[in-house]
Amino acid sequence: MGYQLDFGALSGYLGLFLHGLGVTLVLTGISALLGIVLSIGGAATARSGPIWARTLVLAYVELIRNTPFIVQMFFIFFGLPSLGLRLSAIEAASLAMTINLTAYAIEILRAGIEAVPPSQREAGAALGIRPATVFIWVVLPQALANVYPALVSQIVMTMLESAVVSQIAVTDLTHVADLIQSRTYRAFETYFVITLVYLALAVGLRRLFALAGRRLFAGRRH
Amino acid sequence: MKFSSSRRSALKFSLASGLALTLGMAATGIDPAAADVLDDVTKAGVIKVGIFEDFPPFASLGADMKIQGYDVDMADMLAKALGVKAELVGITGQNRIPFLTEGKVDLLLSIGFSDERAKVVDFTAPYAPYYIAVMGPQDIDVKGPADLKGKTIAVNRGTLEDTELTKAAPEGADIQRYSDYAGVISAFESGQAQLMVVGNDVGATILAQNPSIKPEEKFLLLTSPSDMAVKKGETSLRDKLNGILAGMKQDGTLNTLAVKWLKQPLPKDF
Repeated sequence: MGYQLDFGALSGYLGLFLHGLGVTLVLTGISALLGIVLSIGGAATARSGPIWARTLVLAYVELIRNTPFIVQMFFIFFGLPSLGLRLSAIEAASLAMTINLTAYAIEILRAGIEAVPPSQREAGAALGIRPATVFIWVVLPQALANVYPALVSQIVMTMLESAVVSQIAVTDLTHVADLIQSRTYRAFETYFVITLVYLALAVGLRRLFALAGRRLFAGRRH
Repeated sequence: MKFSSSRRSALKFSLASGLALTLGMAATGIDPAAADVLDDVTKAGVIKVGIFEDFPPFASLGADMKIQGYDVDMADMLAKALGVKAELVGITGQNRIPFLTEGKVDLLLSIGFSDERAKVVDFTAPYAPYYIAVMGPQDIDVKGPADLKGKTIAVNRGTLEDTELTKAAPEGADIQRYSDYAGVISAFESGQAQLMVVGNDVGATILAQNPSIKPEEKFLLLTSPSDMAVKKGETSLRDKLNGILAGMKQDGTLNTLAVKWLKQPLPKDF
């Protein structure tokens, strides 16, 4: 009595695997790019915007950080249509992932910005540079350098969380795994392979970002 | 080991009587024709009917914790026609055929025909339709698999509906596979999927909850009606049941049952 391993049963599904991998990467890419850009704006607003804007941003951050991602996603995909906004599965998934990443990234960046010594801002003012320019060219690079590992971690976490979009029929890696498993009945082999793929993706992403970080922030980090 | 004389005689006696009993039984024999299940049932005044305990709308626990459903009503009607009472016995997919062959139940309901099963049980005519249908709102016009092109269809991943739909759907049909019926129904009700593919049992459960978008059957993908089964060789019981069934179809009671539980009348050629 024993389970006969049969990885060969999965061989016919290579195309499907690659499709799922592609979807996961695309979703991660979109949400990472948009998320970082939006979180820079959000962090700046939260620190030095008008009171009403600050409250709005902080309320949004608290809402997203204190609710499960899957619930946020179900709300966008199943709930919004009854308010008139019907997004396709991929659109809903990208939106949910972006909203989620942005909220966490705003908090991370705020900490990074706070860690830049105020003397930097004062020096900029003393030199007659406009505050916005000081923020973008002096404060922000240092802030990013401060929290770069945390940001990378958050992006990788979002990539792993993207597995949840399989529940709204987005054909990502996890959805493909479930499909293959339900056709071949080879649960162990399928999920073993998928785990390895996610592992490789996560480790690969971190390596990539580490290399990029060394070049972007050369000389800035102590 | 030496037994005492009284013990030895006691042993001899029990051995002899045992032998006599066995020979006597073999001589008179249990005549198969005489121990007819139909006769037993009529004599006992009770027919034991095996039904699933959680298979809505055929059998499920109602709000008052009593089992109710198509099969329960069917069992009662059959018993009445036979002039006996129905005793419902809960069975599972695994144990139902052994229960029947061992006599723990006299009759099985909600069993589909298969050649393998036909080797050990006798099937009656079908008494309940079971089919997989493509369902959609009234305003969508879909008459056959070709019309699925360009439409979004929700289905429960890994089920018979999934395999049948994948086989029948043309290129350009957008199939959304959800991990459970809740996902399929949510997708349909929110408009994320224009159509959904479910069995008529799930369809009946959905319609019973009075949803905002009422799904209407567009066309069938697969049909495998439910039969009744009796122990192999019990031809008199089977013929009696078939007779009762034909009568129920004739006078419309079967159709009333279908509309009550399946929310659809019987298919035209049933």
